[in-house]
Amino acid sequence: MYKEAIRGPLILGDKSFRQISADIIQPIDKRPPLWWKAAFGLSLAMLAMGAWAIYRTIFFGIGTWGVNNTVGWGWAIINFVWWIGIGHAGTAFSIFLLVLRQKWRTSINRAAEAMTVFAVMAAALFPALHMGRIWNFFFIFPYPNTRGPLWVNFNSPLFWDFVAITAYLLISVSFWYYGMVPDFATIRDRAKSKIKKAVYGVLAFGWTGSTKEWLRYENLSYVLGGIAAVLVVSVHSIVATDFAVSVIPGWHTTIFPPYFVVGAIFSGFAMVMTLMVIIRKIYKFQEYITDNHMDAIARILIFISLIMASSYLTEILIAWYSGNEYELFTFFHNRITGEYKFMFWAMITCNAIIPQLFWSKKIRRNLWAMFTISVIINIGMWYERFNIVVTSLANDYLPSSWTNYSPTLEEIGIFVGTIGLFIAGILLFFKYIPMMAINELKSVRDSGSKFRKKIEQMKIKEEDLI
Amino acid sequence: MSHKYWTSIEEKNNGVENLDKFQDEIPHNTSVQQLIQDDLSNKTTSRRNFLKWCGFTFASTAITTSCESPVKKAIPYLNKPEEVTPGKASFYATSFFDGEEYASVLVKTREGRPIKIEPNDLSTVTKGGSSARIQASVLSLYDRDNRYHHPLKEGKKISWEKMDEEVKQTLKNASSDGKEIALVTPNIISPSTRKLLSEFNEKYPTVNWIQYDPVSVSAMLDANKTSFGKRIIPSYHFDNARVIAGINADFLGTWLLPVDYTDQYIRNRKLEEGETNMSRHIQIESMMTLTGTNADQRMRIKPSEEGAVLVALYNELAMKAGQTSMQQNVQSPVDITQLADELYSNRKQALVVCGTNDYHHQLIVNAINQMLGSYGKTIDINTPINIRQAEDKSMPELMKRMGKGEVSATVFYDVDPLYDYPDADKLKEALKNTDVSVTLTTQANDTSKETLYVGAVNHYLESWGDAEPVKGKYSLAQPAIRRLYDTRQLEEVLLSWMEEDITFYDYLKNHWENTYFPEQNEYSSFRDFWSHTLQDGVFEPKYENRPRPSYSEKGLASSIQKAAKEQPSEELELILYEKVGIGNGKHANNPWLQELPDPVTKATWDNYVCLPPAYAKKHGIETEDVVEVNGVKIPALVQPGMADNVMAIAVGYGKHNTGKAASDVGVNAYPFINYNGGYKQYTRKGLTLSKTEEKYTLALTQSHHRMEGREIVRETNLETFVKDPESIKQKKHDTTLYKEREFEGHHWALVVDLNACTGCGACAIACQSENNVPVVGKEEVVKKRIMHWIRIDRYYKEDENSPEVVHQPVMCQHCDNAPCENVCPVAATTHSNEGLNQMSYNRCIGTKYCINNCPYKVRRFNWYKYAGNDKYGFNSAGEQGQMELNPDVTVRSRGVVEKCSFCVQRIQEKKEQAKLENRQLEDGEVTPACAQACPANALIFGDLNDPNSRVSQLLKSNRNYHLLEELHTKPSVSYMTKVRNMGAKIEA
Repeated sequence: MYKEAIRGPLILGDKSFRQISADIIQPIDKRPPLWWKAAFGLSLAMLAMGAWAIYRTIFFGIGTWGVNNTVGWGWAIINFVWWIGIGHAGTAFSIFLLVLRQKWRTSINRAAEAMTVFAVMAAALFPALHMGRIWNFFFIFPYPNTRGPLWVNFNSPLFWDFVAITAYLLISVSFWYYGMVPDFATIRDRAKSKIKKAVYGVLAFGWTGSTKEWLRYENLSYVLGGIAAVLVVSVHSIVATDFAVSVIPGWHTTIFPPYFVVGAIFSGFAMVMTLMVIIRKIYKFQEYITDNHMDAIARILIFISLIMASSYLTEILIAWYSGNEYELFTFFHNRITGEYKFMFWAMITCNAIIPQLFWSKKIRRNLWAMFTISVIINIGMWYERFNIVVTSLANDYLPSSWTNYSPTLEEIGIFVGTIGLFIAGILLFFKYIPMMAINELKSVRDSGSKFRKKIEQMKIKEEDLI
Repeated sequence: MSHKYWTSIEEKNNGVENLDKFQDEIPHNTSVQQLIQDDLSNKTTSRRNFLKWCGFTFASTAITTSCESPVKKAIPYLNKPEEVTPGKASFYATSFFDGEEYASVLVKTREGRPIKIEPNDLSTVTKGGSSARIQASVLSLYDRDNRYHHPLKEGKKISWEKMDEEVKQTLKNASSDGKEIALVTPNIISPSTRKLLSEFNEKYPTVNWIQYDPVSVSAMLDANKTSFGKRIIPSYHFDNARVIAGINADFLGTWLLPVDYTDQYIRNRKLEEGETNMSRHIQIESMMTLTGTNADQRMRIKPSEEGAVLVALYNELAMKAGQTSMQQNVQSPVDITQLADELYSNRKQALVVCGTNDYHHQLIVNAINQMLGSYGKTIDINTPINIRQAEDKSMPELMKRMGKGEVSATVFYDVDPLYDYPDADKLKEALKNTDVSVTLTTQANDTSKETLYVGAVNHYLESWGDAEPVKGKYSLAQPAIRRLYDTRQLEEVLLSWMEEDITFYDYLKNHWENTYFPEQNEYSSFRDFWSHTLQDGVFEPKYENRPRPSYSEKGLASSIQKAAKEQPSEELELILYEKVGIGNGKHANNPWLQELPDPVTKATWDNYVCLPPAYAKKHGIETEDVVEVNGVKIPALVQPGMADNVMAIAVGYGKHNTGKAASDVGVNAYPFINYNGGYKQYTRKGLTLSKTEEKYTLALTQSHHRMEGREIVRETNLETFVKDPESIKQKKHDTTLYKEREFEGHHWALVVDLNACTGCGACAIACQSENNVPVVGKEEVVKKRIMHWIRIDRYYKEDENSPEVVHQPVMCQHCDNAPCENVCPVAATTHSNEGLNQMSYNRCIGTKYCINNCPYKVRRFNWYKYAGNDKYGFNSAGEQGQMELNPDVTVRSRGVVEKCSFCVQRIQEKKEQAKLENRQLEDGEVTPACAQACPANALIFGDLNDPNSRVSQLLKSNRNYHLLEELHTKPSVSYMTKVRNMGAKIEA
């Protein structure tokens, strides 16, 4: 349970229900501001670059990328894992906090879930595009056929990867959408234009707000949440097994599934922090996204950062302890001291060292610092994936095949395109969907007044707490 | 702008627009063209216009759709040719000779098209081996951008008859005027052609026939003339030698008969079946050659130090033999006392060969071999070989006579002196003084572009002929396909110029009937003899022992004096050499050979200057820096094992406008050749080398040369192998909780003998030819995307200046517990019930997961559409190239993974054959293309389920090991530990 007396109010100021609705829906009612248009234009330009790169990839072949017969996976898979990781936090945030009854999630979960949906969409592009024959994509479906029947290889993690991503995307979208239904009804009810009324009316599925509907709504959110909670863990552990079941030094490690899941939550939470800083700053939502909210995210990031650091150390320790010459080479020569040392140390610095700054309360209260650190964490997580994918492949067992890898414009283009897709999605989300779950915010409306009542009883001054 | 005419005052005043309106109402003269040009958007559509447009649309749709799309017809045989069964290959024996390298081969043809060259096991010269160049020769037949399709005069098409007439007239005039007719050919080893040439000479007495080798051994011929009275090259028998000393002779790579020598050399080094004896090979050389990489011990000398080494060796041996030594003050730069010891204690079982084109050195080598009693044992002076017979001085002499205008007509057959003659520019000038010049050639080259006439010549697979590469060993050549273009072979041209009314086929037959038929008594009729010999390809009658010419020490003293005087200098010296793939450059337009990684440098698609690491470090030069050698810009490649202050450049590159593969690849190094004492010098002093700021990307297939202390190539020395054979056995970590897969029927396996493999690369090209492996071009090789299914890894050990070298062929290991198989999401790569790891191209969606998870990195991805693509399809694009494809092997599409299949099509073929004959497969019956092509028999293929098969036996050997055994991949390919003979005295 959330103890207001200790952690402070969830919503600042005494807000009426009407005021909450008005505050949150306000960006939807207004015409998009100039910065929004500029950012949207930019994201479309990035998307266009992505489209060009995808056209090149599909029409000319994977040869347009920098990958080769030694390093078969490059930026595509790095970015896939990276996006999937980011896509982790939204659902994790909503579901774990929902299950743990952490009420402070209410102002954050909507945006986090939106982020998940767009990030997973961006991620899902890569496994499709990195196929040599994308037009035969359907071979990966286990469908009855006349070729034997010829089934997929159920031993291959790549197949399960496909299953997990699809399931995760579907559940994330359903969970997100389902949570928005009452809010769409609110917009519908407040809308003045007919078109808006009609559109949001369709989206609201005829929500009337009866007690029965609320009851079912609550029940369903726990059911969907329960399913999604499993998927959050499974999707990244399966991505981890893509690497862990292989024989390649640096990939073949049993620590990978938990390490990947934690890493994913790490990058996802960092992305949530980035987004929250932006939303709070631009839409002036500091009454809903309070300093305490940001503080809570920062504390979680410290905790995960410590887990990441110990994972890195464990990996290195086990490589040394195993005495396996190939692993020793990969970790000690290739990553720590070798030609990829920059990537390794960038990973350590960004993921294990810099987040420790959050121990300082000053930094946890400084939006710019939090924004910068959260971006740094995601850069660090990108390097982590680079470390895993490329350094292991480039120098594996037979030195005769050793080579290096650098991306081409096409690979960079696809990455830029997915960033464009993500930003465009988020911007549309800002404009057309309530950024916070209005109905859930209303449920914590009283936390401010309760808080004041409590501290009055306990005779503590408010300033001492916050 | 055209002028507008007006018809009436109204029109002029009101403007044309108004008139147009009026005309629109009566559109009888409006054409469709006009309609299209009219701006329709400004018009309201009338009913008439609507119908008109409808009519036009329907009519044009009807016309365009009724046009027939091109139909490809597959017409069945109405009358099936006797020898052609669709789907079944026919083999024809023929002889390959490109002026340098000889092989008796079988041509595999499918539906009348030659698709592969396979070695002929019946030949005692090439003994069932081949080289990369021999394997690749089939592709030159289909060379689509550089073959002449018809004769030319001044670059314009001309008929053969017309050309004959004009050339004949010239020849007649020249003969009657007593002016010289120069006929320049490569070394001709065909007895029939030689006979024909002498008849040609009779007909036109002023014909001066010159044999010309771009890379020659002229000095050796002359030295043997001095020593033995005959201008010959003897036969060498490396298999009879216990100690071999090679001095700048790349006898396993490019020197004389490398295929034969590889076979002989390996015979003494295989260590199979309890054998404990092994020859010892010491190589003294200036650059890193293929032969040097295989030597037990290698010493590095500068080219200018060779004289001193030879004199010192002679003296050392003379002392032991109790003969008088000369020039005792000469000190060898390397310690040769142990070498002399070993050679002398193995008298009559020792062999010293030297590849330098220096008369005096060769004479000393003869004396050394005489002292060692090699003649009659390891050198057969009675059975000379007919390869590289050219005399160096004949070309400069010809050039001189040309310059003086003494030569009336010049005929170049199959040579390209305007490219590979050192003074090509001067020769080009001199050529202008001849009245008529003719080139007879298969492929366009620099010479053919300068001559008046060009006669289009057959490829060898379209020609009749014979060959006598070694005295008394004959082979026949027959066409395997009807000539593709309007071409003739040399002999036909000569016959026609001689006005003889006989085909060369008949001429050849007559010659064989008169000359060789009487030499045998196996067949009573010539018909029988002819058809059997033609089928076998070879005819090797037994000869009585011929008397050995006696050795004379003539000239030795002065030669030793001359050699002793050679001053080793500190300056940079240059060596020109031939690459194993490209050779003298004749096959430069063969993309397979261009893309074959050099066995030593692992570079493709270029030549470069090899520099020793110490020199490079001192001058701050790195691989891929462009340097200037006497003003010639060339990329540098730092090559371990080069002698100090020695650089090496390969000849055969730097051609222009000679086909897509050859053009503008590398730098022409022939102009560096100097003449000295009438001999071409392939080494040079006094050159300058300077670094430039430019960089040039080299397409290297291997960039990491250390083994990083891993047990990849296992190695031991002979002493350990004999004394403690158990110690070299690989430790097995072979345990599992799971049930092991068992194979009923066959279980195919391949054993690679690292003691036998010399690293020559013949296997790679054979595989490429057999399995339709695409050529990807330099850019893709740079990106590490070479498609070869079998690669040869080369590692350096110890000191970078003088490293030990190992070669290791790596192909798909066909693991019984394959990491690639269980990660493919769509089960496109699976295990067969005969232990083969197989790829289903149709099923592959190209996730490349298998490529990543293969610890041997042998899987290849089709990054682009390589087949039939003009950009990449050097060979497979175009109609001609497609004729070479093996119809039994799928041509892979873009986006799928491919790899070695153990030549599953060959296994299937033999299995079916055995089934038809209702018998079991015999061991050795199935051979993959790589194993078949290998001149050293380093690859042995067979069935593990047959306990008596050779592979089963080899698997029991202590030397046998699996690559990366500790990963529990359970590979079907295993290796035999390399054993080096370090020369220690071993008591068994």
